[in-house]
Amino acid sequence: MTAVLDVRNLETRFSTPDGMVSAVNSISFTLNAGETLGVVGESGSGKTQVFMSVMGLLARNGHCTGEALFQGDNLLTMPKKKLNTIRGSRMAMIFQDPMTSLNPYLSVARQMTEVLIEHKGMSAHDARRHAITMLDRVGIPEAARRIDMYPHEFSGGMRQRVMIAMSLLCSPELLIADEPTTALDVTVQAQILDLLNDLKRDFNTAIVMITHDLGVVAGLCDRVMVMYGGRVAETGSVQDIFYAPRHPYTKGLLQSMPRLDGTAGSSLYAIPGQPPNLQNLPKGCAFHDRCSLRTDRCRDVPPALLDYGNGRMAACHHEEATR
Amino acid sequence: MTRYILKRLLGAIPLMLIVIAVAFFMMRIAPGGPFDSERALPPEIEQNIKAAYDLDKPLVQQFGIYLWKVMHGDFGPSIKIRDFSVAELIASGAPASIQLGLSAILLALMVGVTLGTLSALRQNSAADYAVMGVAMTGIVIPNFVMAPLLSLVVGVYWELLPTSGWGSGELKYKVLPIIALSLPQIAYISRLTRGSMLEVLNSNFVRTARAKGLRDHLVVIRHALKAGLLPVVSYLGPATAAVTTGSVVIETIFAVPGIGTYFIKAALNRDYPLVMGVVIVYGALIITLNLLVDVLYGLLDPKLRSNR
Repeated sequence: MTAVLDVRNLETRFSTPDGMVSAVNSISFTLNAGETLGVVGESGSGKTQVFMSVMGLLARNGHCTGEALFQGDNLLTMPKKKLNTIRGSRMAMIFQDPMTSLNPYLSVARQMTEVLIEHKGMSAHDARRHAITMLDRVGIPEAARRIDMYPHEFSGGMRQRVMIAMSLLCSPELLIADEPTTALDVTVQAQILDLLNDLKRDFNTAIVMITHDLGVVAGLCDRVMVMYGGRVAETGSVQDIFYAPRHPYTKGLLQSMPRLDGTAGSSLYAIPGQPPNLQNLPKGCAFHDRCSLRTDRCRDVPPALLDYGNGRMAACHHEEATR
Repeated sequence: MTRYILKRLLGAIPLMLIVIAVAFFMMRIAPGGPFDSERALPPEIEQNIKAAYDLDKPLVQQFGIYLWKVMHGDFGPSIKIRDFSVAELIASGAPASIQLGLSAILLALMVGVTLGTLSALRQNSAADYAVMGVAMTGIVIPNFVMAPLLSLVVGVYWELLPTSGWGSGELKYKVLPIIALSLPQIAYISRLTRGSMLEVLNSNFVRTARAKGLRDHLVVIRHALKAGLLPVVSYLGPATAAVTTGSVVIETIFAVPGIGTYFIKAALNRDYPLVMGVVIVYGALIITLNLLVDVLYGLLDPKLRSNR
């Protein structure tokens, strides 16, 4: 199987008035065609910035090094002109907040057709027809009429559908979804996830699902990458991560999920402490001061991300013995 | 939309009345009268002249008479510029004033928006600091300092353009007044544009446009500029007011035969009907342009369009 996306030693830093912030620290992973990867972690774990780097969308003060190979070409070093032929066409991204991610001053038709005109050289007429088909496909009723409306005339869920339709116009090989359902109602969330599942089946698109909702991961993903402090804590198949987590942080995350069969009134579990300060990461394991298993070694020596076979990798000193 | 415009036009009527009343009574409260600068006249003759202009009647009655005439399109005769009616004088000065004012606003818009956008795109670069520094200077230096300076440097030292005058309306006479009139507006508009463009360029929807692989100029022109220009459009109302008042000074300094020059002369000579005529024209102009700006704003912002 060929890798659609092969990220090697990605480092992303932001220079701020208070000093350098290391958002992503030497991350490597691959994503194969048709595969769905869940990227899980708390806010500030660097999960979004990994893919902002890949898409070339870092904020002005951001800088990244390493490699992000898309079908063999390094996205991080290619000229902007070439990058623009890939993003929006072969690689697309859906953002977290559908309320602000569409341009409020342009009609949906304009925002959708420009993608096709730019990348496929379609005529305005053909582009419009194709856009209507795609809106229809993502479940927007009366697409032919609603395409001429403006974003504020759509509800949040409908806007996210528009975003999804827009990102799929050119049938991308890679779709990056950054918490696409966080801002939406639970019922709408389920519909959007169903939609993504259909797309995965129909288009064989490789999907990256950035989320902190493990329920979403279980319903959609093949593999999971758990991030902590800008590093990979653990990766593996959904089955392995859910039923045999190796990293204490993953275990904590799983324990933090509210359970329907729990006793009523019992308090919810939370991992104690705060996420690490990315400006001044600990010398050893980034998770050590929140970990119940911590030792002096955890504090002083950063654990390596070790291969446990079957695509299973984890970065924890306590697991090394089980190799 | 039509209803909205009608409503605004109706609202303009009381506004105009207030403007007329304030100008009328302020002018009369100011000491002196139209004939004070002339040699002393026998009381009977002075009485006759005053009667000819209704100046012998009580002030409130004078105001009533004036309003009545204005409503019938009669702005009266000029007291000081004999044999000319106020309407004739305004008509003769309007072409020069309108040309100056419109050119200054257009120039300010083009240069200001371009500079502001470039500054925003190169935020914190040397070019950005240079533009913003110059803009700050432009805002700080008042036009009655800037205009004589321009005239002195470009007209006297460099001898590139005439220092003042109008000729028969050739371009070379218009350049300096237009620049002097638009400089503070260029400065203000470029700062305004830079600020709003910086915000828009960091917005989520511009990020989406970038993620779609659009070329840079499309991202900026199609996606960012429309939103970035909204504050500039709303500033156009105050800008026309500023240019109008600025033109009074600029026209006088460059000896432009426009309404502004008449206004200054009329105010100094207590030429009551001429002052009132110019005030009414300026007032109507500013109200109309503000209405236009609001309509334009609605056209730019689809949210407002559907609410009206």
